[in-house]
Amino acid sequence: MTELNTQDAAGLIRSSAATLAGKLAAGEVSAVEVTQAHLDRIAAVDGGERGVNAFLHVNTEEALAVAAEVDSIRTAGGAEAEKLHALAGVPIAVKDLIVTIGQPTTAGSKILEGWHSPYDATVVKRLRDARMPILGKTNLDEFAMGSSTEHSAYGPTRNPWDLDRIPGGSGGGSAAAVAAFEAPLALGTDTGGSIRQPGAVTGTVGVKPTYGSVSRYGAIAMASSLDQIGPVSRTVLDSALLHQVIGGHDPRDSTSLPDPLADLVAAASIGNVEGLRIGIIKELHGEGYQAGVENRFNESLELLKGAGAEIVEVSCPNFQYALGAYYLIMPSEASSNLAKFDGVRFGLRVLPKDAPLTIERVMGATRAAGFGDEVKRRIILGTYALSAGYYDAYYGSAQKVRTLVQRDFEAAFAKADVLISPTAPTTAFKLGEKLDDPLAMYLNDVATIPANLAGVPGLSLPGGLADEDGLPVGIQLLAPARQDARLYRVGAVLESLLEAKWGGPLLDQAPSLVELVETKVVEPVETLVETHGGSH
Amino acid sequence: MTDAILSFEEAMAKYDPVLGFEVHVELNTKTKMFSSAPNVFGDEPNTNVNEVDLGLPGVLPVVNKTAIESSIKIGLALNCKIAETCRFARKNYFYPDTPKNFQTSQYDEPIAYDGYLDIELSDGTVFRVEIERAHMEEDAGKLTHMGGSAGRIQGADYSLVDYNRSGVPLVEIVTKPIEGAGSRAPELAKAYVAAVREIVKNLGVSDAKMERGNVRCDANVSLRPHGRERFGIRSETKNVNSLRAVEHAVRYEIQRHAAVLDSGEPVVQETRHWHEDTRTTTSGRPKSDADDYRYFPEPDLVPVVASREWVEELRATLPEPPAERRKRLQADWGYSDLEFRDVVNAGVMDEIEETIAAGASSTVARKWWMGEIVGRAKAADVDPGQLGVKPATIVELGKLVEAGSINNKMAAEVLDAVLAGEGSPAEIIEKRGLAVVSDDGPLLEAIDAALAAQPDVADKIRGGKVQAIGAIVGGVMKATRGQADAGRVRELILEKLGVTV
Repeated sequence: MTELNTQDAAGLIRSSAATLAGKLAAGEVSAVEVTQAHLDRIAAVDGGERGVNAFLHVNTEEALAVAAEVDSIRTAGGAEAEKLHALAGVPIAVKDLIVTIGQPTTAGSKILEGWHSPYDATVVKRLRDARMPILGKTNLDEFAMGSSTEHSAYGPTRNPWDLDRIPGGSGGGSAAAVAAFEAPLALGTDTGGSIRQPGAVTGTVGVKPTYGSVSRYGAIAMASSLDQIGPVSRTVLDSALLHQVIGGHDPRDSTSLPDPLADLVAAASIGNVEGLRIGIIKELHGEGYQAGVENRFNESLELLKGAGAEIVEVSCPNFQYALGAYYLIMPSEASSNLAKFDGVRFGLRVLPKDAPLTIERVMGATRAAGFGDEVKRRIILGTYALSAGYYDAYYGSAQKVRTLVQRDFEAAFAKADVLISPTAPTTAFKLGEKLDDPLAMYLNDVATIPANLAGVPGLSLPGGLADEDGLPVGIQLLAPARQDARLYRVGAVLESLLEAKWGGPLLDQAPSLVELVETKVVEPVETLVETHGGSH
Repeated sequence: MTDAILSFEEAMAKYDPVLGFEVHVELNTKTKMFSSAPNVFGDEPNTNVNEVDLGLPGVLPVVNKTAIESSIKIGLALNCKIAETCRFARKNYFYPDTPKNFQTSQYDEPIAYDGYLDIELSDGTVFRVEIERAHMEEDAGKLTHMGGSAGRIQGADYSLVDYNRSGVPLVEIVTKPIEGAGSRAPELAKAYVAAVREIVKNLGVSDAKMERGNVRCDANVSLRPHGRERFGIRSETKNVNSLRAVEHAVRYEIQRHAAVLDSGEPVVQETRHWHEDTRTTTSGRPKSDADDYRYFPEPDLVPVVASREWVEELRATLPEPPAERRKRLQADWGYSDLEFRDVVNAGVMDEIEETIAAGASSTVARKWWMGEIVGRAKAADVDPGQLGVKPATIVELGKLVEAGSINNKMAAEVLDAVLAGEGSPAEIIEKRGLAVVSDDGPLLEAIDAALAAQPDVADKIRGGKVQAIGAIVGGVMKATRGQADAGRVRELILEKLGVTV
């Protein structure tokens, strides 16, 4: 293996997946070099007191082995080399909610500490089929419940733009890993915005595909009817490339769509938006949105208009109820999905301190010690909402709202081909700032939740930096179900217009992380121990 | 503590029983309801499981299409309507035999509903049982409680779980309240469960072995005073896993309820456990309608859509219904109505069919099953089919008797020995030296001795009272330890005395 000089390594880690794929195919660089460069970057910026803490597990050995395999196939040439996937040898990080053979899967929870899955998630199988080295598992809010990654039982992830700020959540680990150049690509899961909101606050791209278009088999369920796995990257094209790998029908997921996957990479390469109707959702900007967010949003609208898109305004009056409906449906399903974590078959088992040692008490003690406060909050909420006598008023009404939200989307998509809004109402807030105020935390997802309720796809891309704090702002694009290709078409065009304005990718303006990580600051970040209720 | 009971007659004199049944049928699909793990009974614990059956993090269910087909077939055979679309729900409760801590079951949208089953009672009357619904669900794992007493969870040191059964497809058939059975309630109960078992076996969708739990019955019983409209409070007796037990349990619960009502106490709505050994029930946990399972639609599954075309295709594949099959068999076998009803009531119709298929005549098959085996089953307190008599054994015995190698008495002895596991009929005959004495020499000596011993009887026969011959035949049989052919003995006696009949 040739030693890369520092400059070459820096070039590699800052390259997009598409660029790396090109270099690998051309033999300009080896997969081992690419993988090692990212592992080195992880070692440099992820650990330590001020590290990004994007990774819960780094999969060094296996990642390098897969990379070496790709290199040897390519060197040998012939039919095997021909068959190599375009992304073969391009490394990727996987959110630790997605199960993997050979690495622990924790879901960010103490209750699964040390658990190894005996099976691979379908998306992980597809990564392996494409021979993409898996760099490791990324941090998240426990069981994906949160908008800041502060609810992880393994400490918060830090935002590479400002290490004292949150990287969004629940997929803060995946977004931060990509923003910090620790990985060119990552997998996330999005139940109410967990891919898109972290994308927005870290200046990265995140896509929630159409519900059912990417298999959920092997993603630890929070809310089955809302969860969706999707790509995280630094460019729109890269997300399309990854979406193409993980998408498509899976017989193991009954909710998986039978449709063949559209050519998303081609959609990302169309390069124009002329004549496309782009709808501003009246209810998803303005009041309650940070001024800098609003400014960047308007700027994007101007750029799209300038490129020939027709900007229309649509109204989705029932979106005002979406957050409330979401916080009934999601915890209801979660309360049932998380029942299996009981200490009987896998994971943590805690025995009660005193007799009797009945199964109910072992289950109780395990769940009391193993789950953090936010998880308990949602289980209790969901259990209540499903209870006899309350079901119709809560779960039942929420399902009706869900139908109304779907109808709002239908009406909006009759007037517009793609909808647009800010991804999140604010830029990244400070670690600890909203930890004691669950409602304020929940409001972060106000713009992303409607897509999950309706099953439609959404993409967040960087829209620039807010004037008042210099932090990234996300622009969200939404398309009708099964029309994910439109997101990539519009997203790629907007991205190139914005990058032309900035003179390069937005992440070029991010601070140099190595110095920041190594700088010892006086003010320690609040630890989260007390929020996890566990005594271990 | 034993509960007070009234005599059945006394109970009937005062009260009308209302019955209800939940029969669980395990389907014999190759794989489980929601996973690709094998659906096989009796294997090493926890070998027929995969990540789905264990409810590991991240798994998703996929509905078994064959299980849907089987469920539709059951619905059609029960004269039900088949839902065009139906859903699964989650029934949430924490118990270690249910790995996800919820059971995936149909709740408010069963696949089949509004059917009926006509049940023929032993006196030939037909009783219609209305079917409320037949819905699909998954079975739980099997818990074995170790230590403590009697394998109960109370007082056990620990429990072992076998998840092989976890996820096995079940169809639960629920009746509407069955009124008007009166004193025939226990008989109807048995006949109903027998009919359901017969139907699912006939459809080929279940192995239908009650002793293996393929067909399990929960019996609801309540009483109300004659003339009252409103139902009484019911008990639900679980673990009633043989046809005889169904009959006995219903009978017992009627007697117990009657005693409770007579005492002026209210009947407790509860689960009762059936005990085959004492033929009594004991109180399980109290069950109220307030049990909160927090049902909600299973979000991991899409609705099951049963197109009319599919349903009609399945209807076309249904086998001959049991009632029609009975008519056909009776005609084929040439049994009288009474003979055939006795066969059906004794629960040996299938066995006779198998025996005839194995080569016996319908007369021989009936003679053996009705004449020999049913009595032995009664004595052993089991269903005749459970004795383990192989059709081939009966064919062999029948042939030996026909050939005159052994007589009926010997054949019965051989059957006992076969059942005792001593080997095949031929081996037992050989081992025990059983053979009809066919050499007339020793017989003639025995006849002479018998005639000499009873000269008065000999005279009567000579005088034309041939029916008196039995005493002499008996003497000869006794002398030859039953090994003589009684027919031949009779002939020789008449010959000797010069009497022609």
